[in-house]
Parts: sequence; structure tokens; C-alpha cells
Amino acid sequence: MREASRLMVQQLQLTDLCLFTEARYTRHPSMADLHSAFQDHPLALEHFPSGSLATPPRFRRERP
Amino acid sequence: MNRSIERHRNILDFALSSLLRRKGKNVSLWVMYTLVVFLIAAIVFYTHALKREAALILQGAPDIVVQKMVAGRHDLVPVGYVEKIAAIRGVTAVRPRLWGYYYDAVTGANFTLMASDDLPPGTADIGNGIARTMRIAEGDFIPIRAVPGATTLFQVRKVLPYASELASSDLILLSEGDLRALFDFPRGFATDLALTVGNPAERATIAAKIAAQFPDSRPILNSEILRTYDSIFDWRGGMMVVMLGVAVFSFVIFAWDKATGLSAEERKEIGILKSVGWETGDVLLLKFWEGAVVSLAAFLCGVILAYVQVFFFSASLFEPALKGWAVLYPRFKLVPDVDPYLLAVLFFLTVVPYTVATIIPSWRAATVDPDAAMRS
Repeated sequence: MREASRLMVQQLQLTDLCLFTEARYTRHPSMADLHSAFQDHPLALEHFPSGSLATPPRFRRERP
Repeated sequence: MNRSIERHRNILDFALSSLLRRKGKNVSLWVMYTLVVFLIAAIVFYTHALKREAALILQGAPDIVVQKMVAGRHDLVPVGYVEKIAAIRGVTAVRPRLWGYYYDAVTGANFTLMASDDLPPGTADIGNGIARTMRIAEGDFIPIRAVPGATTLFQVRKVLPYASELASSDLILLSEGDLRALFDFPRGFATDLALTVGNPAERATIAAKIAAQFPDSRPILNSEILRTYDSIFDWRGGMMVVMLGVAVFSFVIFAWDKATGLSAEERKEIGILKSVGWETGDVLLLKFWEGAVVSLAAFLCGVILAYVQVFFFSASLFEPALKGWAVLYPRFKLVPDVDPYLLAVLFFLTVVPYTVATIIPSWRAATVDPDAAMRS
């Protein structure tokens, strides 16, 4: 199972696991833009439940 | 030596019969305790196994992904960048990736569409999650509404294997021409660029060179991709910290209740034991064994139940929380992987405080006069 996924990632050059498909920044968290949690406007509240699980990675939060 | 073991055995025997005497209370205590341990252990097992899975699966992800940024958001990258980036020393290959998202109004699910080189026009390879959600199989047609407004039908050439669902559940692979036509993708642009770098030690330097040469670009290193999953499932991540907090807090209430006092019946029991010749040390040993039996049994049951839930039932209890509003959710079985360090932390967080919490009030009761203890 793990090997099949690894092969798929290698062949297609995928970057993320398919865990949360409801929003683009939770489907591909490593590719999400810097303001993904506030994608509509700077004070917008997060409106997808998986956004509370998949918080922005640390290196995204620390960079300006 | 034998005498000491015999003493412990007798006291343990007495502790078990004393626990059985208060069956109702102890069973309900054990059930609650097991539930708390189960919840914490299930979260720990699940996040640890997912982190490990992500680290192993995503090792083959591109060494560097280069995105183009416009006003803080990523934009299509000109294919003209390919040649310039390929000329940077250390870059072995640059491959433009063409991909995007598609919202299917019929099922309400989001799919990831990606161009693949080896697909003939008019055909598509689909992920197992899509086949399940849309109830289609190989040879069937999948309708995709194109940007110009018309719906295009693609014949399903292959359903991607179930075993790779963690990486490809929501994937639709199309030929490059089909994908460009569907989204009206401008020629000469790609979604992003995937780079292969010969020497892993050079990745950061190459990324810095790209950022300097193309100020509107954002290079993402493979190590950052891996770190993303580490931080998502970190104990501080989002709901994890809330759930762990609730579990730990309920455990604190639990231990606090135990530590703040004994029931009158228990106090009387200690008084009687002392009056028939038990020493304070024996009483403490008895209470230690009582606490250890309850907490060890709850710990073992909670950990075993969590293991079964996460690795045999694919953490189905967590599914509603993980799924959110997503229609398409991958089905995957995690490879069992338990970190002994995490198990030891769990043990010291649950069993040790509880056992200590049972001893302290008993020590207080055992040091008073037996006569007073019996009268209280």
C-alpha cells in the first residue's frame, strides 16, 4: 500500500497526501499560498472544518 | 526475596478481592479511565502513523517546486522559466506541472486534475475515491464541465489502484491537450515547475538562486513539504491540541477526585486493617496495588482498543472530524507503527499520576489512630 502510493508520488511528481479534499489549501497544504487561512480577506475566519486540523505549517507562519 | 514476593502476592490478592467488593464503583472507574486512555492513545497512534506515512510516501516528491507569485497568491508560471532554471548549476531536470482543481456540481466533490504524458486524448485515469463517489468503472465516461460551458465526456481508461489511494484518491489524469482545452489554459504557461536536483545538499542554495533570479517566484523544498505534514499532525496542531487538552483535563479531574479524599467506607477499612495489625507500609502497598491494578488494566485496554481502532478500522471514529465538509474522503489503512517513546510518555502521563494520587489520601488515613479512622 505504502509502496504503491510512493510510486504514484514519484511518477506523477505529487506533493501532498489526499487527506482533506474540501478546500485547495487543505488538499495541498504544502503548496498553499501564504495567506491561505485568510483567503478571502485579511480578517476572514476559517470556514472549513479541516482547516482547524490542518493549520498552516510553521515555516509558512514564520515567513513574512 | 521469596518472602517479599509472597508479601506482594498476598497484598495483591487482598487488593483484588477488595476491588471486587466495590465492583460497581471500580468497574465504572475503569470504563471511564479506559475511555480517556483510548482517546489519547488513538490520537497519538493516528497522528504518528500519518506523519510516518507522509514522510515515507512524499520522499519521492519533487526536490524543489517553483511557483510564481502575484500579489501574494500563486499564479501560472511561464514555461520560459524552464530553460533559465535548468541552466542553474546543480539542476538536473525541470518539468512543468499542469494541474488544477475541479468542483463537480453533481456530487459536490472537489477533484484534482492533472496532465499526464502517457494518456491519449479523450481518455482519463481516475482515482479510486472518484470511482467510488461517482460510481463509475473502467470503460465508463466521466463528464467534466469545461470553462467554455460545454460538458466534455472522457472515457475512463484506468481506475488508479486502491493501494495508492492516500496519494491519488481524488486525482483525474488527462492528456495535456485536454486539460488545456478544459480550463482554457493559456499556451506557454504551467501551474508550477518540478525540479530535480542531483545533490540534496545543494537544494537550499539552488532555491536561493532561483528566488534571487526570479523575485516573483517561490521555491518550495522537498524538506518543507515533509515538514508541512510534521507540523499539521504535531501535537500543537489545530484540533489535536483541543482533543488532547480535553482528554488530559478530564484525566486531571479524575485523579483530583481520587487524590482529594477517601470514602468513609475506605477510611473505615484502613482503620480495621491497622487495628488487626497491618502496618502503614502494608496499607500503602495495598492502596498502591489497587491503583496499579485499575490504572494498568485501563491503560492496557485503552491502548489495545486504540490500536485496533486506528490500524484495523482505519480510525473510523475520527472520520467525521477529519472529513469535514468534504464529499470525497480517501479510504486507506495505516501501517501499524507505534513509537515506544510515545507509549512510555502516555504511560507516565496516565498510570503514574493516578497510582500516586491513590496513595496520598491513604497515607493520610493510615497515619491516624485506627480508632479515630474507624469512628470517622
